[in-house]
Amino acid sequence: MTDNQFMGLSPQEATLRVEASLRQRRKREKRFRLMGLAAVALALSFLVILFTGILSKGLPGMFQYYVQLDVELDRARLDPAGDLSAASLYSGDAEALILEASLASIGEEEGRKTKRALRKMVSSGASIRLIEFVQSNPQVLNTKQTIKFAVDDDIDSFLRGFIDRETPEKDRRIDDLTIDIVDRWQAAGLISYELSDYLFFGSASRDAEMAGIKGALIGSLLTLAICISIAFPLGVAAAIYLEELAPKNRWTELIEININNLAAVPSVVFGIMGLTIFIVTFGMPRSIPLVGGVVLALMTLPTIIISSRAAIRAVPPSIRDAALGIGASKMQVIFHHVIPLAMPGMLTGTIIGMAQALGETAPLLMIGMVAFIVDIPAGFMDPATVLPVQIFMWADFAERMFIQKTSAAIIVLLAFLITMNAAAIALRKKLERRW
Amino acid sequence: MTSFKQINDATDLTMENAIIKTTGNVFVDKPRMSARNVNVYYGDKHAIRDVTIDIAEQEVIAFIGPSGCGKSTFLRTLNRMNDTIDICRVSGEIALDGENIYAPSVDVVPLRARVGMVFQKPNPFPKSIYDNIAYGPRIHGLARNKAELDDIVQSALERAGLWNEVKDRLDQPGTGLSGGQQQRLCIARAIAVSPEVILMDEPCSALDPIATARVEELIEELKQQYTIVIVTHSMQQAARVSDRTAYFHLGDLVEVGRTEQIFTNPSHKLTQDYITGRFG
Repeated sequence: MTDNQFMGLSPQEATLRVEASLRQRRKREKRFRLMGLAAVALALSFLVILFTGILSKGLPGMFQYYVQLDVELDRARLDPAGDLSAASLYSGDAEALILEASLASIGEEEGRKTKRALRKMVSSGASIRLIEFVQSNPQVLNTKQTIKFAVDDDIDSFLRGFIDRETPEKDRRIDDLTIDIVDRWQAAGLISYELSDYLFFGSASRDAEMAGIKGALIGSLLTLAICISIAFPLGVAAAIYLEELAPKNRWTELIEININNLAAVPSVVFGIMGLTIFIVTFGMPRSIPLVGGVVLALMTLPTIIISSRAAIRAVPPSIRDAALGIGASKMQVIFHHVIPLAMPGMLTGTIIGMAQALGETAPLLMIGMVAFIVDIPAGFMDPATVLPVQIFMWADFAERMFIQKTSAAIIVLLAFLITMNAAAIALRKKLERRW
Repeated sequence: MTSFKQINDATDLTMENAIIKTTGNVFVDKPRMSARNVNVYYGDKHAIRDVTIDIAEQEVIAFIGPSGCGKSTFLRTLNRMNDTIDICRVSGEIALDGENIYAPSVDVVPLRARVGMVFQKPNPFPKSIYDNIAYGPRIHGLARNKAELDDIVQSALERAGLWNEVKDRLDQPGTGLSGGQQQRLCIARAIAVSPEVILMDEPCSALDPIATARVEELIEELKQQYTIVIVTHSMQQAARVSDRTAYFHLGDLVEVGRTEQIFTNPSHKLTQDYITGRFG
């Protein structure tokens, strides 16, 4: 059986075989690299499509059309009581003054039909705008002032070209007379396209031209403030206990498994829990940032605990040994060495958790933060809504202009998220220490 | 056949598992530390078996032996660093100045201040050089004010032979020093809390020959003040720096004696085999 006595390949034969296999290997590596490149390119192209979509829809939403009117600020009519109080101003004749100004702008005196059309062409918030203007600048009373008012959302949509003038009149949202007036305004140079102040300084409204995100933004900030002040200390403390102090037994294992499971629970479940615990059992009011913040805190806790534990585990054991070796107590090791070294990781996890909470809608729907709230919340107990829920609600409205407002709000939300993630990276870079 | 196998097992037991009786004189006149019948278990594994040894004042004693022989484990029982390992169990008695350090009433914090430790890999804190040294004195409240703390830091760095190299950059991170300097920084950190005993766990294994020579010189100087226990893989190092040498083999303390005697005329066969490079 000499055949079985394999003496190994000759060096020449081995070199040949290695070269052959090398070609194969190189080909395989090249194929794999190309596949990776293709995957990245695909992902990038999706990102580009997403961003161009959002920006092309959303950036016009940041602007809206205004009409410029010369209003006669007749004190006797505007301020019947003469004390500039809100009560007096709101019982005054602001609306009629605006209507007269708009009549003047097209050079007409009377005409019921024209009046009716004009009344619908200037935003219904115009009189409030005028009253606020007068309140803050009382010296303008009894003079003629040029003021810009937002046009009604239908006019805005028409000016953007969403309403076609070729459509038969009865199928259009605006009639021929209105189009005629718009044409005359444009001819007189009264129409302007400007950055929307309503979007950033207004609050929820049924009228698309007046709708803004300020209320939702403040609601989001209040909710996040509650969320971070609960979730960060609780999460970090839980992570430290589980990682450093807890005995390693079946109970801690069970807790660990459950925390990991909680991280994967659909967020709407946390909303249901918040509803039953805080609103049904404890009788707290609906729609308030306090409850919303607590629910989001519960939702982000697992994220923070998991990332904090990973950060603690990443602290090299040699540092613990060093501190223990010169007689530091367990607590001193944790507070002097482990926490400072784990802090960047903990903060990164927390900010990512907060970003997740900022974009969360479902649990907040469950606790009633989807209500239509016009007032800007002033505290944690005031009814409020949050940015993503506001976007959700606007997306549901029929008016054409809400599409732009929704996209604009999405841009604001994304800007917030990007800022938070950038902050996370900056913090990590700043606090990171090498050993 | 059965009986033959049984006999084989029995010889295995005597050959492999019987505890080897220590050769040489394990006792000294005035011990700083004394270990009596110390056993260490990692779970089911019997890592240190019935070790009895004295460590004298102001001596350098080297623990040598092949990898996994338990010399580092035994070293770590001397300041109870093994407490941090959950599955580790220690029986027997280890006394520091006549007091059992495993007595239930003993607090490990002051113990570790008295028995300092230097590790295999230099492990300075990611803090400034000054803070690295000042950390121990700070947590133990050794300095009454800033001036005293400055003095402690300076004298520790001077005794570690590092002062002249770092005095101008005390505020820079300790991790920015070279490997040898880092290890001397760790030694300075250990002596800053004025310990009685310094345990060194292969302190030079991560250093180049020049840095090693520097640390060995330092050990020679520190001997005047401290008791030093050094675990080393290098027999030359043990021969160079130690007064006495203890040879460990698979959890047993095989032989203890004057260093010259161990290296020139070992009495146990295992020691002789190791010294002459037959294994290890």
